[in-house]
Amino acid sequence: MAFYESVLNNGEKAVFALRSLYESYGYSQYKMSKFEEYDLYVKNKDFLISDSVITFTDRTGKLMALKPDVTLSILKNGKDKTGQVQKVYYNENVYRVFGEGFKEIMQVGLECIGDIDGYCLYETLSLAAKSLATISQSYVLDISHLGVIESVFDAVCLPEGSRAAALKCIGEKNTHELCEICKCNKISDSGTAMLKGLVSLYGAPSEVLPKLRELLKGADIAALDEFAEIIEAFRTSDIYEKLRIDFSVVHDIHYYNGIVFKGFIEGIPSSVLSGGQYDNLLCKMGRKSGAIGFAVYLDLLERLSANDKKYDVDILLLYGEDISITALSQAVDTLSKTGSVAAQKGIPEKLKYKRLMKITESGVIEV
Amino acid sequence: MKMLNVALPKGRLGEKVYAMFEKAGFECPSIKENNRKLIFENEACSVRYFWVKPSDVAIYVERGAADIGVCGKDILLEYSPDVYELYNLDIGKCRMAVAAKKDFTDDVRRTLKVATKFTNIAKNYYDSLGRDIDIIHLNGSIEIAPILGLSDVIVDIVETGTTLKENDLEVVETIVPISARLIANKASFKFKSELVEKIIHSMEKSND
Repeated sequence: MAFYESVLNNGEKAVFALRSLYESYGYSQYKMSKFEEYDLYVKNKDFLISDSVITFTDRTGKLMALKPDVTLSILKNGKDKTGQVQKVYYNENVYRVFGEGFKEIMQVGLECIGDIDGYCLYETLSLAAKSLATISQSYVLDISHLGVIESVFDAVCLPEGSRAAALKCIGEKNTHELCEICKCNKISDSGTAMLKGLVSLYGAPSEVLPKLRELLKGADIAALDEFAEIIEAFRTSDIYEKLRIDFSVVHDIHYYNGIVFKGFIEGIPSSVLSGGQYDNLLCKMGRKSGAIGFAVYLDLLERLSANDKKYDVDILLLYGEDISITALSQAVDTLSKTGSVAAQKGIPEKLKYKRLMKITESGVIEV
Repeated sequence: MKMLNVALPKGRLGEKVYAMFEKAGFECPSIKENNRKLIFENEACSVRYFWVKPSDVAIYVERGAADIGVCGKDILLEYSPDVYELYNLDIGKCRMAVAAKKDFTDDVRRTLKVATKFTNIAKNYYDSLGRDIDIIHLNGSIEIAPILGLSDVIVDIVETGTTLKENDLEVVETIVPISARLIANKASFKFKSELVEKIIHSMEKSND
């Protein structure tokens, strides 16, 4: 097993660890086809990271797509059942825009769909944090709540037409332009301070939550209690010190409605995990249930340096035409017990090897 | 403390930006030496500066090669990098504007031909007006386009307006004011926020 681990890259190791983690919490694997009807993505294109999708026409003339997303497919095929929660995870390749073209991205994700409650929200966040921990202990999980942000917008009377721009500023931690939006909309000084506070308050829950309650006192922010309850449920867990409240985590409010979160690992320049509660998407698809989930972007894990290999093979074994196939295969089998072996007639140009050996009639010698 | 990588834009703006960092207490004297080095560090302040092409600062920051950087709002509007925009340095002030020949009048029955280096900014601006346009992407000397009949108008950065005036052009509309912004990689910020905040607070204090 140790030998197998040494040839696995960070993403491959993560897949085994995450599948084991999710199954230990009763999640079952959801397997889907590479292709989905393009219509599914056209109707929900704002939910996708990018609206560019690889399409083709199948043998019946139907327009199909190489899937850019898995969540929509899981939701499309699900049924609403009172009192029940569907818990699934997936390990699939998706196809997304990358630079001027497209890229195949390995993604592991988890969805909790149905009659979800506070425990479901807690468990999903817990599994998000544990997912990050399987990859590296140097991680943080940023958590926000779109219901809190919407309620603050209502409390300060920010017009609907300015909310998208204000949300963008909050996502960019852009206080100076947020203040300009407040000025243009004649928001009061206290209202402006409340919005600025959403940007400037971030950090460990033990520090931020009291300041947040102080900032929002006097405003009817119902979502704040739900937000605080879920986060405080982690107080006695190891995960608590890795959580950060940060309202710059923003997702599309047409699909996401409550807790949203992103995970970061030190050394990787973008978030490796993203998720949230997306009841609004289910409502758009005609379903009555709630849902929360997240995805881990395994392609980013190659940025971690754990797998830097100095050599391509441990042993390069040279042989001549005078050596029989039997003798050569026996030598390779014996040497492979000590490490990786490449049998070649000559030294390949770019191959990095640790030891150079040669098989002769009298046996194997070091060169 | 871990080193903070700072991408500075090469040129006049970059020198002004460095002066602000220096005034805020994050100096790196070797940066002023007359040589062709591109990377300079001061371990005592935990900062490492490097010079990059101004339009590339946002790429270095977005991809994490730099933890923070300074670039114009025009670059952020044109390329929409996924970064934090933490501070308006209020220098390098200019505006993105529509300019045309002095006698130009817009015939709304025709598709407006717009020459620009900033195709996304131009498209978004005219989309907001519901105006149908034909974008002509140019890489430089944009002012010649309406003079030679290549375009009806241009969308470009205007500072004093002297270049426009000398070519018999004038500003028809200001799209948005532009100035230099301090941006940060979102992931780096999670692990280096203390030092980034220290820099911003020091800059705010020294600007007061």
